[in-house]
Amino acid sequence: MPLYLTDDQEMLRDTARGFMAGEGAIKTQLRHWRDKKCKDGFGHGLWKQFAALGFTGILIDEADGGLGLGHVEAGIVLEEIGRNLTPSPFLTTAVAFVEALKGTKLRERWYPGIIAGETVAALAVDEGPKHRPDAIEMRAERSGNGFSLSGRKQFVVQGASADVILVAAESDEGLTLFAVEKGAAGLEVEGVRLADSSIGARLTFENVVVDADAVVGEVGGGAAVLARALNAGRTGAAAELVGLGSAAMEMTVDYLRQRKQFGRLIGEFQALQFRAAHLYSELEIARAATMKAQQLLDEGSQEAEAMVSVAKAKAGRASQLAVQEGVQMHGGIGMTDEYDIGLYMKRDRVLSELFGDANYHADKLARMKGY
Amino acid sequence: MDEDLRDFRQQTRDWLEANCPPEMREPMRDESDACWGGRNPSFKSEAQRRWMEVMAERGWTVPDWPKYYGGGGRTPAETKVLRQEMARIGARNPLMSFGISMLGPALLKYGNDAQRKLYLTQIARGEIRWCQGYSEPGAGSDLASLQTKCEDKGDHWLVNGQKVWTSYADKADWIFCLVRTDPQAPKHKGISFLLFDMASPGVSTKPILLISGNSPFCETFFDDVKVPKDQLVGELNKGWDVAKYLLGHEREMISGMGLGHQSGSLGEAFGEIMADDPILRADVAHFDVDALAFRAMSERFIDELKAGRAHPAQPSMMKYAGTELNKARHELVMAAGGSNALEWESDRSRQGKSAREWLRTKANSIEGGTSEIQLGIVAKRILDLPGT
Repeated sequence: MPLYLTDDQEMLRDTARGFMAGEGAIKTQLRHWRDKKCKDGFGHGLWKQFAALGFTGILIDEADGGLGLGHVEAGIVLEEIGRNLTPSPFLTTAVAFVEALKGTKLRERWYPGIIAGETVAALAVDEGPKHRPDAIEMRAERSGNGFSLSGRKQFVVQGASADVILVAAESDEGLTLFAVEKGAAGLEVEGVRLADSSIGARLTFENVVVDADAVVGEVGGGAAVLARALNAGRTGAAAELVGLGSAAMEMTVDYLRQRKQFGRLIGEFQALQFRAAHLYSELEIARAATMKAQQLLDEGSQEAEAMVSVAKAKAGRASQLAVQEGVQMHGGIGMTDEYDIGLYMKRDRVLSELFGDANYHADKLARMKGY
Repeated sequence: MDEDLRDFRQQTRDWLEANCPPEMREPMRDESDACWGGRNPSFKSEAQRRWMEVMAERGWTVPDWPKYYGGGGRTPAETKVLRQEMARIGARNPLMSFGISMLGPALLKYGNDAQRKLYLTQIARGEIRWCQGYSEPGAGSDLASLQTKCEDKGDHWLVNGQKVWTSYADKADWIFCLVRTDPQAPKHKGISFLLFDMASPGVSTKPILLISGNSPFCETFFDDVKVPKDQLVGELNKGWDVAKYLLGHEREMISGMGLGHQSGSLGEAFGEIMADDPILRADVAHFDVDALAFRAMSERFIDELKAGRAHPAQPSMMKYAGTELNKARHELVMAAGGSNALEWESDRSRQGKSAREWLRTKANSIEGGTSEIQLGIVAKRILDLPGT
C-alpha cells in the first residue's frame, strides 16, 4: 500500500472535512457545550449525525451492519475531528470499544446501538495520574456465576455519559476485561471537567457484581483485548493530534501572513520562518508515522504495535510544538479566550496524555526493541 | 494488477536469490565499501564487480528508467517491490552514482535525445563516474552568484574558474558543472549547465583535508578548458532551472542518509551500554521514535514522488529533517561509546570509525544547501510566508 490516501479515502476525507468544519465547528460545538456547562461535554444530536454519515460503524464489519473499513479511514475522520476540536465519543466508542469487542459475542449486544449513534462507550484503564496499563490493581473476584469488581479508575474519557464501560481488572486467571453497564450497583461515577472542557470520570467500584457474559473475550485473556483496544485508541489519538496540530499551525501561519509590526509582516522575519518550517516538517513526519501505524494495524502486521507507539509519541510531540509555537507567535491575543489557539493548546494536552504520553511510548518502544 | 505484482515479487525474489553474491548481502562497513563504477573502476572484490554487472545487465541499477536508456523500464510499484526484496536479503546498492541520483533525472527532463542516449546508458552501466561542479569559494548558500566563466569560442566553449566542495573530483571521470555564460544578465539568468571530461587539458583537482581526517571533497580548477559545443544541457543561460531541478534530487539523496547504514532502532544496537545510564537510554528512546517516524516519512515521500504527488519543495523538508536526524544519531553514538569512541587511529576503533563518521555527518546539513536554506525554502514555497 502506498503511504497516501486512495481516491475513495480522499472522498471520505472531503465528506468528513466538510461535516466537521460545518456541523462540528468550534463555535457550534466546543464553545457551545462548554459555555452551557454541559455535563457530557458533547452534543448527542451531533453523535446521531455521525451515525447518519456511517462514521459510527466505520470499523464494524459489514456483516455486523457497519462500513467494514479500517484504521486509515477511522484516522481520516479523527484528523478532521482534531482540526475542529469537535467534541464527540467517536474515539472511545467507535474506535477503541468497537475494536475491543471484535470477534467476541458482545458485538451483538453493543454494536447496533453504536451504529445507531445511541450508545456511548468509555475505557477504564488508568488508576493513577499516568497511563500504566501493565500495573493494574483493580480486582475481579469470582462471585456466583460472574465476578465482583473492586477498585478505582480515573481519566475515563466519556465515563460520565457512557452506557457501557470497558473495565480492565486482575482476576486469579490474569488480566480480564469486562463490559460494565451504566448504573451497575456499587459503581460510583464522578464526572470531572478537564482543562479542554471535555468530561473525564473517576470511577469507584465497590463489589460491583457482573455476569460472566460481561467478560470481553476470555477470562484471563484480557491482555490481547486491551492491546487491541489501546492500539486502536492510540493510533486514533495520534490521528486526532495530527489534525489538531495541523490546524494550529495553519492558524499560526495565517497570522504570520497578516500581522504587521515594525512596518513589516512578521512572517518576513527569518526567526519565525525557520520555526514555522521546522514545525511543518515535524507535523509531516508525524502524519506519515501515523498513517504507517494505521496501515500496519489494518494489515494485522506484527510490526504494528511498535509503530503505534512511534506514532503516538511523535504525534504528541509534534502537536505540542504546534500549540506552543501557536500561542507564542500569536502574541498577546493568543492568551485570550476569544481566540481559538488556546483551545487547541488545552485539547492537545489532554490528547497527549490519553493512552500514554510521549515518554510512555518512547519507553515502550525501547522495551520492545530490547533495551 | 495485484496478481502481476505478486508474480513480479516472486520472480524478483528468485532472481536475487540466484544472483546476489553472499558477500553483497553483508552490511557495508563504511563509505569505502561502496561500488562507484567508472572508467577505471576499482572493485574491492570479484563479488562486487559481478553484482554491479548482473544488475546493470538487467537494467536494475536504475529500475525505473526507460529500457532504451539502459534502465529496467519498471513501474513505480515494481520498483518499490524490487527495493523491498533487496532490503529483505540485505542486498547492497550495486552502484553508488551521482549520475543515477542527480544527473540522470536532470538529463531525462532537460537533455536532448543524443545526450540522453549517450550519457544515461553509460550511467546505467556504471561506465562513467560523475562529479558535481556547483559551489565556488564565493558562492555557497548564494549559489547563483557563481563566477566560473564560460565563453563561446565559435566551435567550442572555453571554461575558466574554480569550484569547491566537489565530491570525489579526484576520482571522477566527468563533471556536470554550472558556469556563467552571460556576465551582464541578472545572476539567475546568465548560468548554463555544462558537461565535460575531467581528463580535459586544464582541469586539475586538489583534495581538501576535513576535520574527519578524510578528503572526500576537492577544490577543482579550470584553466582554459575547451569543451565541445554539444555538451551544454538545456537552453543557453537557462541552466539555473536545470540546477534547481537537480538540487531537488540531490536533497532527496542526502535526506536518505538520515536512515544511516541501518535504518532500524539505534538503541537495539547499543544494548548493555545504556544499562547504567537512564538519561542516555531516554535520549536514545526518543531518538528511535524520531528515526522510525522519519523512516515512514521517507517511504511516504518516495511513494508520493513516484506518483507525482509530492510538493516540489518537499525535498527541502526531507533534506532538512533527514540530515538533522543523522547528526543526532551520531552524537548519540559518540555519547554511548564514551572514551572508546574517541580513539582515532587504533585498530580496536577501526581507525577511529565512530569519531570520523560523527565528524563527517556535520557536513550533511551544509552540503546540498544548508538546513537554513532548506527551512527558508519550506517557509516561502510551502507555507507561503512573505519575503525574498
